[in-house]
Amino acid sequence: MAKRLAILDADRCVGCQSCMFACARRPGVGGLSASSIWVRSAGGIRKGYVVVVCRACPDPPCSRVCPTDALPMRPGGGVRLKPDLCIGCHNCAEACPFGAVMWDHEQNKPEICVYCGYCASYCPYDVLALEEIDDPLATGFTTPTPSPEGNVPHAEK
Amino acid sequence: MLKNDPLSRVLTIDLTRRRFSVDERPELFETALGGAGVAIRLLEEECKPGTDPLGPGNPIVLAVGPLVGLYPIASKTVAMFKSPHTGNLGESHAGGRSAVAIRMAGYGAIVIRGVSTSPVYVAIEGGHVYFRDASALWGLHSAYTAGTIMRQRESGAGVRSIMRIGRAGERGVSYASVITETYRHFGRLGLGAVFGSKLLKGVTISGQRSLPVADRRAYRTLYDALYKSATESPVMKKYHELGTAVNVLPLNAMGALPTRNLQSGHFEEAEAISGERLASEYLGRRVACAHCPVACVHLGTLRLAYPKEPYFYKTSMVGYDHEPIFAMGSLLGGSDVSSMFQLLDEAEVQGLDVMSAGVTLAWATEALQRGLISVRETDGLELAWGNYPAYIAATQRIVSQPNDFYRALARGADYAASVYGGADYALTFGKNEMPGYHTGPGCHLGYLTGARHSHLDSAGYSLDQRAAAKGETLTPDGVANDLLEEERWRQVLTSLVICLFARGVYTPDIVLKALATVGFDWTADDLTRFAADTLHRKQAFKLREGFDPSALRIPKRILETPTPTGMIDEGFIRRAIETYAQQV
Repeated sequence: MAKRLAILDADRCVGCQSCMFACARRPGVGGLSASSIWVRSAGGIRKGYVVVVCRACPDPPCSRVCPTDALPMRPGGGVRLKPDLCIGCHNCAEACPFGAVMWDHEQNKPEICVYCGYCASYCPYDVLALEEIDDPLATGFTTPTPSPEGNVPHAEK
Repeated sequence: MLKNDPLSRVLTIDLTRRRFSVDERPELFETALGGAGVAIRLLEEECKPGTDPLGPGNPIVLAVGPLVGLYPIASKTVAMFKSPHTGNLGESHAGGRSAVAIRMAGYGAIVIRGVSTSPVYVAIEGGHVYFRDASALWGLHSAYTAGTIMRQRESGAGVRSIMRIGRAGERGVSYASVITETYRHFGRLGLGAVFGSKLLKGVTISGQRSLPVADRRAYRTLYDALYKSATESPVMKKYHELGTAVNVLPLNAMGALPTRNLQSGHFEEAEAISGERLASEYLGRRVACAHCPVACVHLGTLRLAYPKEPYFYKTSMVGYDHEPIFAMGSLLGGSDVSSMFQLLDEAEVQGLDVMSAGVTLAWATEALQRGLISVRETDGLELAWGNYPAYIAATQRIVSQPNDFYRALARGADYAASVYGGADYALTFGKNEMPGYHTGPGCHLGYLTGARHSHLDSAGYSLDQRAAAKGETLTPDGVANDLLEEERWRQVLTSLVICLFARGVYTPDIVLKALATVGFDWTADDLTRFAADTLHRKQAFKLREGFDPSALRIPKRILETPTPTGMIDEGFIRRAIETYAQQV
């Protein structure tokens, strides 16, 4: 089963950024050049914090807009980055409604969450957890299944 | 230091010419680490003898250290300048996001020189520096609003620092603060007035980068050990549960909580303003500085009804800690939390150091009671213990300065007493208003001898409390030597900009290990030498600017109010000051 990060309760977030530093530290360096998780204030610190991280969409818009197929879908939801194919066009970052495609300015490539949960292990207040995605396509409605030729009606034939 | 560490870069911003430059100073950081060590050396270079604290020649030095952005709880920025409040060494530390932002922007220190011809704020985005017109922000009623505007206009959400002043800084109140991230401050010694004198409304800083380490495995191992002690160690517990407000009741129980301008060390209503009561009834949120899992910042919820508008309420978040509670609670004889929060909030709106403001208001209250001044001076305000509406109005007048009396209060209790009398109960030490401990001779000696006249210089209150608990007798030489030893070690911590709350976590052994992972091959002896040298430089700067330890004024009040270690003897204090001055 694929995993993803869950935001259990952003109201418990104190803005310590331990998660961000953990993500950046994973390859063994310090600083914050690249982190796949981001914490910012919800309009000033008086109002608390917003935690932004990839939610491993079942049909990820970032993947759909990539002109070089550098963001293939991961089985179960979310995407993987193929850095060799990426041309740094920013389409993926602009397509994500959560702003969860962060940018590595040193590499000029998107910083894509690998759903490893390292950040969650440094959250002192249980805001984050790594969870299994049970049924990414679960919905209360029946969605039309696209026909193999697409949705264009067959006017001829 | 590692060759590719951007720490060695010093950004100099000249407000007069509106230019900036970057100098590589590896030797400076290799010998002085960062923070206090680097800042005092830059101050020596930049600040000429006899500089006017509110003139263009007074530099603002901001310095961070090699562990920032790499290890937790090393996220303070040390500011140095000449203080308009004491006319001598100005040193103030702030957390928030400031240090991580400076480090991530690619600098170890920032120097701001000169004076702008019109109000300005400076936006630093990594290698770019912008001078933004702030003429429309000058005179804004609230420092909160100034922060909001800069937040909306600048980039870097999540990793930026927004330093700004309020009207107190614009109008030159000598104890005006610089506020950063709404709830942290360069509170003491008047950095806000130095900003104001330069027509500098604020500084925003942001950036993102990776930082090199010497040994990746050693780095991660040490990180995990530090993170574990920061989150699990009993020495950190008090900071993340009740916060520093946990001190109110124990200090009160031992008779060490300054009350009604230190006419007593016991406040009968202390329970109402205790950390326990504030947590159970008012605590609305806890927040942290960047890269600190402790989250000691406690925000209380203030809900106010509009008196003439039914069903309209205003809800604010007000930061509280032991010092604000002492300065605007017990010292002013007030225990109504909602009113105390309103006064604290007013100090934030105006951009004042709450400690100096509270102690100054306490002096004014006693001066009025004793008839040294009348309501003619106070502009009709009946300053009296616990009369918060009067204190809020007086706080506004300290900034608006409608008459000579408030112009005097805007320079602090020491100056006001020099004009109106009442020096015996003007609770200032080296011209800086006292912190919230009256534990014995140790704390007051710390305020007197400490380079920045702060309880954080040498923590004399802990010497007193240990002696009181064990029934030991303190001696002048013993106290002087203990204070000196502690103040020296703290030069190491504050040069690495480690939060002093984590002093129990960052032991000398851990400090050396951490330094090794970032390429500083230092020994324990190196640290000792460096610590003594840095403190010596700070004291030498003070002597150069006219500081005379033998002329320090000892407020009589501290000799009249009993402490947990008994009555304080003036001879003891004088003797210890002498020993300290000889040794340092």
